[in-house]
Amino acid sequence: MMPAIKVENLSKEYAVGGARKGSRTVREAVAEGLKSPFRRLIGEPPAGERFFALRDVSFEVAPGEAVGIIGRNGAGKSTLLKILSRITEPTAGRAELSGRISSLLEVGTGFHPELTGRENVFLNGALLGMSKAAIRRNFDDIVAFSEVEKFIDTPVKRYSSGMYVRLAFAVAANLDPEILVLDEVLAVGDAQFQKKCLGKMEEVRKKGRTILFVSHNMQSVRFTCGRVIWVDGGTVAHDGDAADTIGRYLRSGDPSAGADLGEVIRTLPPDPAFRLEGVSLTQEGRPVRQAVESAKPVEIEIRYRVLQGTTGLRVFIDLCDDQDTLLVQSFHDERSDRISTMEPGLYVSRAVIPANLLGPAFYEIRVRAGIFNLRSCLPPRAVRLPVKVENTGRASRAYFNDTFRAKLTAEIDWDTVRDTTSVVRETPCP
Amino acid sequence: MPGGRELWAYRELLWVLVLRDIKVRYKQTALGVLWVLIRPLSTMVLFTLIFGRLARIPSDGYPYAVFVFAALIPWTFFAGAVGASGNSLVGSAGLINKIYFPRLIIPVAAVGSGLVDLAISATFLLAVMPLLGASWSPNLLGAPVLLVAVLLIAIGVGSLFSALTVAYRDFGSILGYVLQIWMYATPVIYPSSLIPEGWRWVLHANPMAALIEGFRSAVLGKPFDLPALGVSFAMAAVIFVVGVAYFEKIERRFADII
Repeated sequence: MMPAIKVENLSKEYAVGGARKGSRTVREAVAEGLKSPFRRLIGEPPAGERFFALRDVSFEVAPGEAVGIIGRNGAGKSTLLKILSRITEPTAGRAELSGRISSLLEVGTGFHPELTGRENVFLNGALLGMSKAAIRRNFDDIVAFSEVEKFIDTPVKRYSSGMYVRLAFAVAANLDPEILVLDEVLAVGDAQFQKKCLGKMEEVRKKGRTILFVSHNMQSVRFTCGRVIWVDGGTVAHDGDAADTIGRYLRSGDPSAGADLGEVIRTLPPDPAFRLEGVSLTQEGRPVRQAVESAKPVEIEIRYRVLQGTTGLRVFIDLCDDQDTLLVQSFHDERSDRISTMEPGLYVSRAVIPANLLGPAFYEIRVRAGIFNLRSCLPPRAVRLPVKVENTGRASRAYFNDTFRAKLTAEIDWDTVRDTTSVVRETPCP
Repeated sequence: MPGGRELWAYRELLWVLVLRDIKVRYKQTALGVLWVLIRPLSTMVLFTLIFGRLARIPSDGYPYAVFVFAALIPWTFFAGAVGASGNSLVGSAGLINKIYFPRLIIPVAAVGSGLVDLAISATFLLAVMPLLGASWSPNLLGAPVLLVAVLLIAIGVGSLFSALTVAYRDFGSILGYVLQIWMYATPVIYPSSLIPEGWRWVLHANPMAALIEGFRSAVLGKPFDLPALGVSFAMAAVIFVVGVAYFEKIERRFADII
């Protein structure tokens, strides 16, 4: 079968703005200065430093496949979508699409604040490639989906941001393309609306449409896509099964995971009340680096300085799996019924994750601190410890190695007896 | 034109963008569409006082008011269309970065949205012609033909400048000066008969000169200067092709440099 999307050795090069570094003679500079403006006018990139947003990317997507694209900011995801949507041209290589494509790199592109909701539906629909007849046909559905019936003839500048986004997405949701390309459009709107959008995408997928979906939200990627392509530094880092690729991506660690944790802690932004001094991971008192044994408790020691008397200061650990799902969240004085005040000084908080709770998989422990109901004292996801659990438990639990499905393998108390009384009841009546 | 077929496929979008421009222009205005008349009317009154009465610029024996109004209406359309068109791409950066469609639609829609204003002011001119001392003649039927050439020039120059402005914003300011000088190089406030016969060709190197004189002939019922108009049509076609060709050459890079 012909692929819906075929990308071959795609590269995109950008000129980096600003003057070239290094010494130049005045004559060179003048000559360059005279020449370069014309380069731009005839549509050639100006001379200077180059930067590859994409380098030699190849992949194919079969019709009806839903593929997620993940990667850090600046990895090249958006450039890839822009090339597929024909907004920009590749420097080298080619991208072939077979089928009508609709790309949604933003919701509400072209919305004009002075125009009414109704007028914007027609404007936005036309921009997305819908015919006037198709918009008219779907108009009631669009309005119903957006839940802004009452305000459809009000200029959208008077809409709340939620109404605006809902109307914009409603237009897009009524597109019926063969290939749908989405860029992070679900990052907007409240949780309920996001759920509705995911539902709509599922519907599109079930109709056998091809979907290419860029997102930073691993949950929604995993929900929608069976296959995920991880783009890193302009190249495909991994392409495969969704859970596997997402796991690899998250384990690869954003800046902090690979980097020295000490360095991360030293460069944290200062906070007037709280300063993290150190975090260590131990088992039976011995420091561990990443790999821990499942049959022994894991101790996390957090050393920090309280700089001024603070009420409601809480030091948290968040335990996540390799799909970015939060499994356990706990803070240092959660057993206390009162909100306590901490005097200035150096503190050590020790948290113990019980033995046999974690299965043989990759996890991440994140350290956070905050003042109750007030603010966070550490940037989100700044302090993270990757943990790889190896199975050392009872032989009977070794099956987890092969068929591990559960996120947590806490030992559950079982008690099994044979119920002899029921035998009587099971006897068929005469 | 290589993109012709694609442009046709997107004609609905062109229409929608023209409608948007028109709607947006008169939303939340108290006088609304009246502005279409106020602008050329006030200019006409001003020009009649200054150039007709004070400077006593000749007007080929016709009342100066109708003489200048007949030229001002097509010129106001042309200057407005080129100005809007030239700045249209930069104003649509949000669309260009997020959606694909033939980019030429943007400057063409900017020209197109001026047509409604032109229709209104032209109707007004037709209505007041007798009051200004001119009578309706079959020559008026030539005006729509002349408009075709004006549209070609407006689209050619507008798309050229819109593309240039993507690379360098300087062209946005340059265009303002160009249009100002262009008006004085065109017989809007004066008749071309003011230029000595031997130097008339200099005037006609400007394709708008014969066209504006043509509109005047249509309104005043004078004979058309057909040879000069022929040259203007040829020049209009060249300007259109050059402007659009340049536009299409660098169109592919708009999203990268805008």
